[in-house]
Amino acid sequence: MEETTLNNDIHVKLTEKFGEKITAISEPYGLLTFVTYKDVILNVLSHLKEELKFNFLTDITAVHYPGKDHGIAVVYHLHNMVEQVRIRIKVFISEQNPTIASATTVWKGANWMERETFDLFGVKFEGHPDLRRILNMDDLGVHPMLKQYPLEDPNRVDKKDEFFGR
Amino acid sequence: MNHNHPVYTDNDPQSELVTLNLGPTHPATHGVFQNVLQLDGERIVSGVSTIGYIHRAFEKIAEHRPFYQITPLTDRLNYCSSPINNMGWHMTVEKLLNIKLPKRVDYLRVIIMELSRISDHIICNTIVGQDTGATTTFLYLFQFREHIYEIFEEVCGARLTTNIGRIGGFERDFNDIAFAKINKFLKEFPVALKEFENLLSRNRIFIDRTAGIAEVSKETALDYGWTGPLLRATGVDYDVRVSDPYASYQDFDFEVPVGTSGDIYDRYLVRNEEMWQSLRIIEQGMEKLKSEPKGIFHADVPEFYLPPKAEVYNNMEALIYHFKIVMGEIDAPKAEVYHAVEGGNGELGFYLINDGGRTPYRLHFRRPSFVNYQMFAPMSEGMLLSDAIINMSSMNIIAGELDA
Repeated sequence: MEETTLNNDIHVKLTEKFGEKITAISEPYGLLTFVTYKDVILNVLSHLKEELKFNFLTDITAVHYPGKDHGIAVVYHLHNMVEQVRIRIKVFISEQNPTIASATTVWKGANWMERETFDLFGVKFEGHPDLRRILNMDDLGVHPMLKQYPLEDPNRVDKKDEFFGR
Repeated sequence: MNHNHPVYTDNDPQSELVTLNLGPTHPATHGVFQNVLQLDGERIVSGVSTIGYIHRAFEKIAEHRPFYQITPLTDRLNYCSSPINNMGWHMTVEKLLNIKLPKRVDYLRVIIMELSRISDHIICNTIVGQDTGATTTFLYLFQFREHIYEIFEEVCGARLTTNIGRIGGFERDFNDIAFAKINKFLKEFPVALKEFENLLSRNRIFIDRTAGIAEVSKETALDYGWTGPLLRATGVDYDVRVSDPYASYQDFDFEVPVGTSGDIYDRYLVRNEEMWQSLRIIEQGMEKLKSEPKGIFHADVPEFYLPPKAEVYNNMEALIYHFKIVMGEIDAPKAEVYHAVEGGNGELGFYLINDGGRTPYRLHFRRPSFVNYQMFAPMSEGMLLSDAIINMSSMNIIAGELDA
């Protein structure tokens, strides 16, 4: 239960500072999760780093929810090594114009994580020093983790769900 | 060492820089990745890293497969310690499904994971030795990696692409031969490790080539998101086994070795000490197993645990569950979960979003090699080429994990 009080603390401190900008707070499996907006994301990240001691950027990635207004969620995982708390931050951005500020000014380690997210989802991180593809070849033309790009050859019929009663 | 060597820049008329392609398949790159280096004599002026040569779309494939079929994808990530990857994935799903494991299963997992950590560190440390010219130590200690693989073979039938374990436990119990092999390993390996240390740790050439090379400060390491032995060598006391204990690591008594300067020698020492600590953990695990009831090798969760083949042929219930599980009809909650384990190179994290379908909606894998390696090019600047090679081997970059 100790973790929950810590989470409450962080929640209170964040709401004091950012107010309405911190929404949709939940704790799936004990991990404090909240949604914020792209105009304040850098402030939230640096506040978490400087004031709340979340000094370790674990991960940056994205999730695609096709058909929604804000169809791409950029997800940040941070970790406070002193108090052993993890936190997850989500920012929903538009699929047509997927831009968000780059976290490389806060952590240098964000560099490749953002390049990977750009490569796979097409999220453009503004202010990134070197936003190029990293895993796929430069002339791939698509961002392959988006849901509209199926994995298998769509002409294959032997693996269609209807043949398995699904 | 003379550092006053003139360094030319690109637009310098006197520039005589040489472009060197280190990789993609250079023998010293330990995998398939490229570094385009600008050399001034033997000193590196600048470098650019290129990765992705064996990218196989792990995350995309995982989005199209049921939970069980993702396991064979995970053991090809860090193929030097595949059981850690397997079990990291299984534990993520168990966290999602709220499965509590019997203690005996946890202890068996801890034993296997520590064995794989040893095998990972054996490779890394012996190769650091090899790159400084000490082939003897490499050949000598490498046979113990072989012994570990024999234990894996006894447990699951495979050596490298292990596929050890199931969601909820193991596919079968460890047999007596496996335990005998672990005991044999526990008896013989400390002797060899001691000799390995005697050969390298106080070796003048080895110290000259590693101490003070590629020093990294705590702040820089944290800034770049380093984890694992690399981070601990800089003096940060962070280990997922201690900070977020999984698989009953809280029952074990072990220390987290830390270094001071983060140079190659410190990384070597940290890895060596970790091998000793792993041996301690395995010994404790073997001791704890004695007081646990025999024959339990999985949790009692028939709707999630893929039954052993022999049962499928003889038991109707098992056949039904087998079918449902293989067809991906696990009734998992709609949730998202992040689970981290301490891999050979650092924090291995799985970020899983489940929306109730057959396959994960999204699976992201936090690969320690990927995060660690981005510092290689910046930190090589100003370094000698031969030092950069040792630096690279001491970072233990595994191409499968780098590209995923």
